[in-house]
Amino acid sequence: MKLTTRKFDALIIGAGGAGLRAALQLSNGDARVAVVSKVFPTRSHTVAAQGGVNAALANVLPDSWHWHMFDTIKGSDYLGDQDAIEYMCRAAPKVVYELEHFGVPFSRLDDGGIYQRAFGGQSQNFGKEQAARTCAAADRTGHAILHSLYQQNLRARTHFFDEYFAIDLIKDEAGYVLGVVAFEILSGEPIVIEAKTTLIATGGAGQIFRTNTNSLSNTGDGMAMALRAGVPLEDMEFVQFHPTGIAGRGMLITEGVRGEGGFLINSEDERFMERYAPQAKDLASRDVVSRAIAIEVREGRGCGRNKDHVLLDMRHLGADMIMKKLPGIREMSMTFLGVDPIEKPIPVFPTCHYSMGGIPTNRDGQVVVPVKDTPEDPVPGLYAAGEAACVSVHGANRLGGNSLLDILVFGRAAANHILEFLKDNRYHRPLPQGSVDQALERLSRWERKGDGEAVEPLRQELRKVMEDHCGVFRTAEVMQEGVDKLRVLRERIANAVIRDHSQTFNTARIEAMELENLMDCAMATMCSALGREESRGAHSRVDFPERDDERWLKHSLYSLLDDSMDYKPVRTQPVSVESFPPKKRVY
Amino acid sequence: MVMPDTRTRWRCRRGMLENDLLLGRFLDHGYDRLDQEGRDAFERLLGYPDNLLLDLVLGRQATVDSGIARLVPLIRAATADRPEP
Repeated sequence: MKLTTRKFDALIIGAGGAGLRAALQLSNGDARVAVVSKVFPTRSHTVAAQGGVNAALANVLPDSWHWHMFDTIKGSDYLGDQDAIEYMCRAAPKVVYELEHFGVPFSRLDDGGIYQRAFGGQSQNFGKEQAARTCAAADRTGHAILHSLYQQNLRARTHFFDEYFAIDLIKDEAGYVLGVVAFEILSGEPIVIEAKTTLIATGGAGQIFRTNTNSLSNTGDGMAMALRAGVPLEDMEFVQFHPTGIAGRGMLITEGVRGEGGFLINSEDERFMERYAPQAKDLASRDVVSRAIAIEVREGRGCGRNKDHVLLDMRHLGADMIMKKLPGIREMSMTFLGVDPIEKPIPVFPTCHYSMGGIPTNRDGQVVVPVKDTPEDPVPGLYAAGEAACVSVHGANRLGGNSLLDILVFGRAAANHILEFLKDNRYHRPLPQGSVDQALERLSRWERKGDGEAVEPLRQELRKVMEDHCGVFRTAEVMQEGVDKLRVLRERIANAVIRDHSQTFNTARIEAMELENLMDCAMATMCSALGREESRGAHSRVDFPERDDERWLKHSLYSLLDDSMDYKPVRTQPVSVESFPPKKRVY
Repeated sequence: MVMPDTRTRWRCRRGMLENDLLLGRFLDHGYDRLDQEGRDAFERLLGYPDNLLLDLVLGRQATVDSGIARLVPLIRAATADRPEP
């Protein structure tokens, strides 16, 4: 079979904020750029980011990038790499002003400056008074950013492969990544996209959990591709459970509700966050709030007939304010629950929201792997950015408003490094046919007919195993059982079949390949969580309740080969300022 | 009974879980009762950006497209008949 082959300087897999920001930088830098996306670009999950983007503009309250840096490191429970965090916080105002020039309609102050909102975990003067650092375009910042970036990319003539599914990376024997094998969803035809550089920007893997806030497309495709190419995944045990998902549905109720004065109550009508975080109360960091809710429910103070959630109360804000400032939240609650928050509080429970872990990169977006004694050796030609990557700026816990910042800063930084790389690597390397054939084999594997389990029940089972064995509370016993169950599932998935073998828009085949990706990401998450015998940030172990800096101030690296774990040091040295040494996190 | 084709099903894959749930639920509980005009309106609805689509379905935005306006209560009803958590 003659394969269609296309050649580009740079290939971006994923068309969310990170991918589009990188693509724009590259197209404007005169590189020939292709973006591959399994859904139409503006249907990427960035569109769902409601909150905003953090930058120390000091438009509302005094602020500095250094305070932002401190908050991010503290928020990360000291697992974030301080050089990358400094880089991000310093770059933040610049990327926000760039967005403004790209056409993002930020909410304004009366004087015309960009309005900034207070979010959890933000402080002035290194942990003192509340700061206001989040720039927002009403409650649809992600939407505004994604659409502006997409339009800018059209203007810059970025080439889009819309509705193409990336199967696997192409890698030669010297270790260079040379593009991807994909297929067109419309025709089912495979295509080889050769590129001198490849950036993975496929977002997170929230769909590994049954209750989550992510769109159905967040199946960790890029993370799994990296694993199969021999790249370990970093810090996958750190999964952020957003404290306020709509109970039983998964959708997120933005932190903005608590920012505007909403608070959490238990079945005894108690504002229980006052006990857990006396100063910050309901605006404490997300992991603190998530754990508090889970404890309330575990200790029998949950609400509802199954006592399995708590309530988010905003009745005291009044109808006018709710309708003016939080109209979207009210509609959501009424549509999905039949509850009007003006009259009744909203049932909420922690829901999987964000993967702090991902493909290990340095602050230039280069994917880095341990080679002999070097913990961070760049993989030539391979980059990652956004939620798919682990730079690591979020460490063990991400602060609200820092994920949009992450995708913009490191999408841009990766593109800048790619432009440099392209100067020294002007020609395409020979295509390794073996690597291409291997990817095609992954595609043709689903042509298999005969007996075998169906994909959808296996997917449901996988997500249930993750929820039951790797949720907010974790013990060795529960997780070991989870690993065993996942291993059995992995075998069953290897023998699964699909009934539809058509070529045109064969969604069954896509879902099957997504399931394989989910499986690899789930195993990475469970094994990493089992390995880390401490509680830090979003990773909370019942059997190891304390943070243990002596043994565990290090990054986890899960490798697909034998499900093995390795570790590498945290970069505690910033670029230009003094290091922030680990301290107990109190809000 | 007319089932949605796979192309339509894939285009119900959206950037927001809310839309995934609303549209996915409607594909399985309501789409089959649409006539050709209704199915055409559904295709037009899928062409909207995610936030606008959600605004329309949630009734935050009105539309002059009478076909889509007729669809909105059907899509909402498909989700509303789920039991409370």
